Amino acid sequence: MELLLVLGFPLLGAVLLAFAGAHRRAPELNVAASLATLLAAAALVLRVIRTGPMTVAQEQFFIDPFNVFLIALTAFVGFTTALFSRPYMRIEEHHGRVNAQRLRLYHSMYQLFMAAMLVALATNNMGLLWVAMEAATLSTVLLVSLYRTRASIEAAWKYFILCGVGIALALFGTILLYFAAEGLLGGEGMRALLWTHLDAVKGRLEPTVIGLAFVFLLVGYGTKVGLAPLHNWLPDAHAEGPTPVSAVLSGLLLNVALYAVVRCKILAEGAIHSALPGRMLMGFGLLSTLLAVFFLWRQRDIKRLFAYSSIEHMGIVTFAFGMGGPLANFAALLHMTVHSLTKSAIFFAAGHAAQTAGTQRMDGIRGLLAVSPTIGWGLMLGALAILGLPPFGVFASEYLILTTAMREHPWATPVLIVALGVAFAAIFRRVQPMVFGDTDARPLPHSPALLPVFAHIAMVLVLGLYMPPALADWYRLAARLIG
Amino acid sequence: MSALPFATQLLHVLAAGLLLLSFAMLTQRRTRRLVVLLAWQGAVLTASTLLIAATAHLPHLYWSAALTLTVKVGLLPWLLLRLVRRLGVERDSEPLVNVPTLMLVGLALVIFAFGLAQPISALATTVTRQTLGIALAVILLAFLMLIARRTAVTQVIGFLALENGLFFAATSTTYGMPMVIELGIALDVLVGVFVFGIFFFQIREQFDSLDLQHLEALKED
Repeated sequence: MELLLVLGFPLLGAVLLAFAGAHRRAPELNVAASLATLLAAAALVLRVIRTGPMTVAQEQFFIDPFNVFLIALTAFVGFTTALFSRPYMRIEEHHGRVNAQRLRLYHSMYQLFMAAMLVALATNNMGLLWVAMEAATLSTVLLVSLYRTRASIEAAWKYFILCGVGIALALFGTILLYFAAEGLLGGEGMRALLWTHLDAVKGRLEPTVIGLAFVFLLVGYGTKVGLAPLHNWLPDAHAEGPTPVSAVLSGLLLNVALYAVVRCKILAEGAIHSALPGRMLMGFGLLSTLLAVFFLWRQRDIKRLFAYSSIEHMGIVTFAFGMGGPLANFAALLHMTVHSLTKSAIFFAAGHAAQTAGTQRMDGIRGLLAVSPTIGWGLMLGALAILGLPPFGVFASEYLILTTAMREHPWATPVLIVALGVAFAAIFRRVQPMVFGDTDARPLPHSPALLPVFAHIAMVLVLGLYMPPALADWYRLAARLIG
Repeated sequence: MSALPFATQLLHVLAAGLLLLSFAMLTQRRTRRLVVLLAWQGAVLTASTLLIAATAHLPHLYWSAALTLTVKVGLLPWLLLRLVRRLGVERDSEPLVNVPTLMLVGLALVIFAFGLAQPISALATTVTRQTLGIALAVILLAFLMLIARRTAVTQVIGFLALENGLFFAATSTTYGMPMVIELGIALDVLVGVFVFGIFFFQIREQFDSLDLQHLEALKED
């Protein structure tokens, strides 16, 4: 029941906003739909805590501690982003970058995107997972090209083709998976595609087929995670789309894609009886981290800078999932949470900063503290948090990942430390002049919504200082499931 | 069981036809003919799905064949042809670099695909076990086409050819995915083409051309 509401509210919102999206009150409706989703997600969490994992609708949907935590996170960030997008899009309209019709498209696609991600997280069916991931891609393509500028159309096209091809590979992987399981679980009905059934028989699946399937699934869904060398779409899509879309792409979609990869990894590891899938994740993760850090140095656009930082952090999380074991998985889950909270907060602040300065180029953004102290502090604190400074939560998770790496894979630690150090220098040298200094920019026409920024940063701070025992238990349960 | 070998042979003929069509698409310059070739691929897919449905007595594959016929032979080519006409690019031919090299790379891909599919084909119990290699080859050739082509419309056609290869892989290894999933995939593809269509007009409005070489502003600086 709760699940039905979680999936139903965004769908309903998408339909309503498709008609009323150009209305003056549409942003409030968008917020209301997101709030309803969040409340339903909270009810779902309480239900799962009380009664444990469950399957719904003839096992088509499946809720366990691993995905319910991501559902809650997705609904929460979806809600705060809707809050942020209300004044942000009004200012964009004020600046003449979007008209009423585009806003209708924007609001409707935003809710559809949320619905697609929630279906992808909640489904038990590997085929439906694929369909939902594809739907999430299609809805965001239209969001990325919202401004209809040359650059945004180019970014959207690149996103479409690269992710389209990536996701086609994932479909081939899914077909192979089905092929491997069909003999064991029977072709009748859909049992051979249901993750719970696959998980139950994973030890008896044919290793050669599953190995090949996993390669396709990893590369396919990995494209959407932004893993190198298929990360090219990510910075363009983040930089050229509206900022609320950058925030949900970075904070949520990457997580959902990584969730799909991890689900596949659990099956593959059980079937192949070796650590090869984990090693592959570690390799891709490290490569992405290194490559992203290298590109961080050369960025001049504020949103591109933080987009590359997302690739870096996704690389770190992928590496941690690759190491496996309760501690590394725990750290990876924590890092997923704090990264998506911090990164969306940064995008909120960066979006308003770019609006204030009238440009996304970082050498054009100066003296934020002088124009609007809240935007300036938001960007500064967000940047410090994402760089892993104590006492923020990112420090805790990175520390856990580093120490685990030191114990189990010492060769990887220097790489990680160098990457983190370079990222620190690259981002800090850019953020510092943007925040301090003089400027002649004027304040924004609508007061910016910075409550989400500080709420996110406060949560990251709390997670760094004190982890509530209930939450820790929950993470531990999820980490054990991933194995 | 005496009917099986003949059906299998027929299926192999169809699979070979699919592969030949992929090669033809790889080197076809005219956009309009490319769409026609895509429709032919859809028709061959329909025929092979029907054949598998008949030999293996699987009723749900008849539905699947009907779906292929409507979407891949009817709806999509019709949509694309209409788009091509409205964009006024139906007589456009794009300069293809180095056709012989393209063919040689294509051949290498086919050999690679067969090598990769060998161990899996050996495990399949379906009447279609030998065709997985061809399916994989069709997928890889579509990839090659995506990389080699320069205009927006032809890239989309390459994308749809990729989808055809995936569909053939699904029917040839497993007698097709469950119906609900197939419907979802077909829906996604259809919506995808609509979105592509919107894009064509946006690209042309902004760049005065569908040549993707103009889309190279976003580079790392």
